[in-house]
Amino acid sequence: MFNTYNPLNNSMFRIMDNFGKIINTDYFPDLLDEEILKAYHDMLFARTADLMTVSYQRQGRIYTYPPNYGQEAIAGAAGKIIQDDDWLVPAFREMGAYLAKGATLKEIFLVFMGYEDGSKFEYAKNMLPTSVPIASQLLHAVGIGYEIKLRKKNQAVFTFVGDGGTSEGDFHEALNFAGVWKVPVIFIVQNNQYGISTPFRVQTASDGIAIKSIAYGIKGIQVDGNDFFAMFAALKNASQYAKSGNGPVLIEAVTYRKGPHTTSDDPTKYRTKEEETEWDEKDPLKRLKAFLNDKKLIDEKAEEILIEQYIAEIDRQFSEAENYPKYPLNDVFDYLYDEMPEDLKEQKREHEKFLKWKENLKM
Amino acid sequence: MKIMNMVNAINDALDIKLKEDESVIVYGEDVGVEGGVFRVTEGLQLKYGAERVFDSPLAESGIVGTAVGMAVAGLRPVVEMQFCGFVYPAMNQIISHASRMHNRSRGRFKTPMVIRFPYGGGINALEHHSESMEALYGHIPGVKVVIPSTPHDAKGLLISAIESNDTVIFMEPKRIYRAIKQEVSEEKFSIPLGKAHIVSQGTDVTVIAYGAMVREVQKAAVMAKNEGISVEIIDLRSIYPIDKETIKESVKKTGRVITVTESPRSFGVASEITQIVNEEVFLYLEAPPKRVTSFDTIVPLPKGEHHYMVSPEKIFYEIERTVKY
Repeated sequence: MFNTYNPLNNSMFRIMDNFGKIINTDYFPDLLDEEILKAYHDMLFARTADLMTVSYQRQGRIYTYPPNYGQEAIAGAAGKIIQDDDWLVPAFREMGAYLAKGATLKEIFLVFMGYEDGSKFEYAKNMLPTSVPIASQLLHAVGIGYEIKLRKKNQAVFTFVGDGGTSEGDFHEALNFAGVWKVPVIFIVQNNQYGISTPFRVQTASDGIAIKSIAYGIKGIQVDGNDFFAMFAALKNASQYAKSGNGPVLIEAVTYRKGPHTTSDDPTKYRTKEEETEWDEKDPLKRLKAFLNDKKLIDEKAEEILIEQYIAEIDRQFSEAENYPKYPLNDVFDYLYDEMPEDLKEQKREHEKFLKWKENLKM
Repeated sequence: MKIMNMVNAINDALDIKLKEDESVIVYGEDVGVEGGVFRVTEGLQLKYGAERVFDSPLAESGIVGTAVGMAVAGLRPVVEMQFCGFVYPAMNQIISHASRMHNRSRGRFKTPMVIRFPYGGGINALEHHSESMEALYGHIPGVKVVIPSTPHDAKGLLISAIESNDTVIFMEPKRIYRAIKQEVSEEKFSIPLGKAHIVSQGTDVTVIAYGAMVREVQKAAVMAKNEGISVEIIDLRSIYPIDKETIKESVKKTGRVITVTESPRSFGVASEITQIVNEEVFLYLEAPPKRVTSFDTIVPLPKGEHHYMVSPEKIFYEIERTVKY
């Protein structure tokens, strides 16, 4: 696959067209109908959760949130490929992958409500917390890959970054290290066309991101990121390739951020309605649903009921997060060091003294 | 005169300098088309064109490093880092080049550039969006560090920063970006770097602050006044060069000093001021110099931030203890 779709040949890997028709049977993944339906439902759940999170934010019940809307096929496919033992080193816009790894919505909500506790993701094996400093996480993925290689484990690392992140030095350093060390790391670049307001053409003069793999001596492939089957097949191939000791793979998933960068952003300032409409045609859920529809696997009534169940479940987890206990003072201090230095203990005691004084303050 | 908030005032300063000096260039992430995530540079690209006001690729080291090159070549770049917490990839360029080119080339090459960014907590932000790391920059030989506390000061200080032939780190207290409005002259004016400002005269204790903390000190001073304590408030305006004279003269008068910062306590600006006072006016002191700062911890996410942020009550608490010492 990586030779056929060599980025130098400038061809994007696709399996399904915009209408759900299979246009590339050679690579159509070996999936049962119910597995495809399940993948579609997982993406539907992630989208429902994402849209509801935006509305919770609009109601003032959580703080700033970066929506995933429009990019669900990438994390959805990754969620199917990443095994329990594999590592997931996230950026911050691939919710479906966190959920597949075992993160709960409640934890995700807690983060955006302003509790560090959410970032523990205690049920998600081998998953790091999200990383806001752009592209910095990619190097951690390479370090984890080194451990896997050193100890000859049968694991791979899946790490995410956006198109904006490919401009950072850390992106290039990570690809270079990964190439030199030949570590089992799969770099997934979600090229959603914008870094906040900055369009892709302002990030790089290069024709796509996948082509950058060539200079680092690693495999790369440009994939239609809104095509679930193409993402699934590319990730599966990459995972096998990496786990067989061949080294890293760079996957450029071409997609579109249908929502804002975060809920603080207003995309009408920098992009047109026409462009948004054009990408609506390529919506990942719409396409997978069209495929399933052709196979008579979609039951609209059942889907409506399912969405209602999703909404109830999301609301339940949200209200659990909303009823989370108050943030104690200790939580500010307790997680900085293995053993808290004396000076820090004193700072806490001093503050507690002030709080006592404040209780008696009559102003 | 025109009513401005700090965002308007900074925009106005950039506008004036772009207009009168063709060597001024403004760029950074999202500063062009969108006008910056806080809209500080809004409208400037339309007015001065995409060659002088533009979006850069997402790379802080790239932004500051290219600014060093532009400055050496005779331009006056004013670059924006999106948040204080995102400057770190550029630290190598700041520490290794922007601050050293002048010294390294024995004065042949200067780096007249401004690195602007919003800093500080209290806005319910995600991780990395609430830092107050001025002490890091104060520690770098060869750069100036400026922090305004009002729209008027922001305009006058930024104009001076752009006109300075040195590299200036210009930190903007985003918590009060829009919270304080005041009349600001639409004309060009400048406020000298390295000079503190006495916000209000007092006799019992000197309280030194800058940025968003000045307003918190003013609230604390009202509480103190109700208890019969007279507070002299100094707004530092420049972290470096630091205005020792104003600090010394004030402490000579009051005999007591408290420094308020929202940054971590250790190795910070408050510690520096304490030592200046100790070295220079020790014999005038009636009480130990004090620091009211945040803890030596990571800024908590919003639900824990109230524990961390310095409050007027905490400043008043220290004022009372210092005066009663």
